[in-house]
Amino acid sequence: MFKDLFRSKQKYVTVKPASVRREIPDGMWSKCTKCGQIIYNKELAGNLKVCHKCGFHFKLSALERVALTVDADSFVEFDSDLLTVNPLGFPGYEEKVKSGKNTTKLNEAILTGQARICGFPVVIGAMDFGFMGASMGSVVGEKVTRAFEFAIKRKLPVVMFCTSGGARMQEGIISLMQMVKTSAAVARFNEAGLLYISVLTNPTTGGVLASFASLADIVLAEPEAQIGFAGPRVIEETVHQKLPPGFQTSEFVLAHGMIDKIVERKNMRKTLGLLLSLHSKVSEVALGE
Amino acid sequence: MSNGILEFEKPLAELEKRIEELKVFSSDKGIDLSGEIATLERKAEDLRREIYGNLTPWQRIMIARHPHRPTTLDYINLIFDDFIELHGDRCFRDDAAIVGGIASLEGRPVTVVGTQKGRDTKENLARNFGMPHPEGYRKALRLMKQAEKFRRPVICFVDVAGAYPGIEAEERGQAVIIANNICEMARLEVPVIVVITGEGGSGGALGIGVGDRIIMLENAYFSVISPEGCAAILWKDASKAREAAEALKLTAQDLMRFGIIDEILAEPGGAAHKDREAMARVIKGAILKHLDHLVGVSRKSLIEQRYRKFRKIGEFIVDQQAGTSEEIRDTISL
Repeated sequence: MFKDLFRSKQKYVTVKPASVRREIPDGMWSKCTKCGQIIYNKELAGNLKVCHKCGFHFKLSALERVALTVDADSFVEFDSDLLTVNPLGFPGYEEKVKSGKNTTKLNEAILTGQARICGFPVVIGAMDFGFMGASMGSVVGEKVTRAFEFAIKRKLPVVMFCTSGGARMQEGIISLMQMVKTSAAVARFNEAGLLYISVLTNPTTGGVLASFASLADIVLAEPEAQIGFAGPRVIEETVHQKLPPGFQTSEFVLAHGMIDKIVERKNMRKTLGLLLSLHSKVSEVALGE
Repeated sequence: MSNGILEFEKPLAELEKRIEELKVFSSDKGIDLSGEIATLERKAEDLRREIYGNLTPWQRIMIARHPHRPTTLDYINLIFDDFIELHGDRCFRDDAAIVGGIASLEGRPVTVVGTQKGRDTKENLARNFGMPHPEGYRKALRLMKQAEKFRRPVICFVDVAGAYPGIEAEERGQAVIIANNICEMARLEVPVIVVITGEGGSGGALGIGVGDRIIMLENAYFSVISPEGCAAILWKDASKAREAAEALKLTAQDLMRFGIIDEILAEPGGAAHKDREAMARVIKGAILKHLDHLVGVSRKSLIEQRYRKFRKIGEFIVDQQAGTSEEIRDTISL
């Protein structure tokens, strides 16, 4: 009897977590973060990278975002020649920038340019979480600022697809000051009476949310994106309590009055087109005294 | 840290104590020890110069966070006359972590705003350790817009670990209000002078920290993230805060080198809390000097100059060979 027990136990094989992860080969399948559904990557891409089962919106690269949003052959890139340096001599920074470049094919964590959306000319920006968590350092701050300054000069609306872990630690105070630089550029843009639409995507947090991302005339968000100022762990450690479910989601910030509207990815282009169209016509309100 | 003496200050404190004892002994017994005392005082002066002349970033942070460090209200009372505190954001409540009001500076009316830490545990609880909620920033902006209406300069005192990271703060839009304050301060049509007196904690400091001049006390720090937070993210170990403090380049001296701030104010006696009256005089002198330069500037050029001040911050290089990469061309088909 003891022998049997011993033998039956031997049938079990210990599965290490690492080998479980390897069940999903890279590049072929993705697992939905929300519902756990395994989705064939081609199918996922065909559905705008939205889970067909639960509607979860996967992250998009900046290139994918722009390609999905703008009219064919209308995009002209800005400022691909700006290169990041290491002003603080921060340990390990160069390697992280290099890896970000390889992942995203971009010079930095935001792609900016001029394009058309549903026929309307716009200045567009799309941040890429694959580049150091789309954190904002000097180059991101400069590209955003130049985008707004160009838009003022050409009297164009601006559409910014935001995602970010916040200001970039590795550039210290210089990163923090990009919050002022970009916000001041938006302030100037506002005085020119032009339209700014920002779209908060998963996740948009910290210094980017606390600067240009929140300053738009119309702030849209994709469903279920994480949107908040402080990191959830920092908050939990500060208040010594578990955060309520759904805290810092698009739905949460909509309910608390921080954003205008949640728009599903499949409706984004159409919604932007409509908003651009409504702002392209001058209403018959007297502008004089 | 009993008696408010920091670890690295101990040799000096002991020497100062001995000098004091000798003085008492000398006068009690009527013995002339002036030679010995003078020697020790010279030694103390050398030691003071050695300690405070070679502070590490972490030691400066310890001084900036010192429980005896003068607070905004201390400075307001020492620098201005007739301060009238004004309360509330007109929306939700009065946030005691930010104080503000109208005061007179050598006969000139000014608006003063600042983050306010408590001077003891009870006050710290009431003031949330000086960490504001959105309503605090909204109050600050209300007072600044009021200053703009009545053409008063704005003086901001910053000493804040960070904007409060709590559930209600998120619900009431901490990020949105900070963004809004930065945006509004960038275009405020009156001179704004920012004095960073202790901690310059990231976005929480920026929420009242955009001005025509930014001046810092020599042991104040201004950083994108707390050294503890940086260490926790980077090395998964908050106890490596000392290393992070070095790496973040967050001291007044670093910020001066980067061209972020306009002036460093020396702290009398090595640390502001050792002689708060003298510190207040130094700050007052600096405010008056900078205001003199700013009050005559037209609204338009004031805002233009402020825009350029922040516009030029950023370090990068331009790659002459670069163009749009093939991958980007292929994906978006330019």
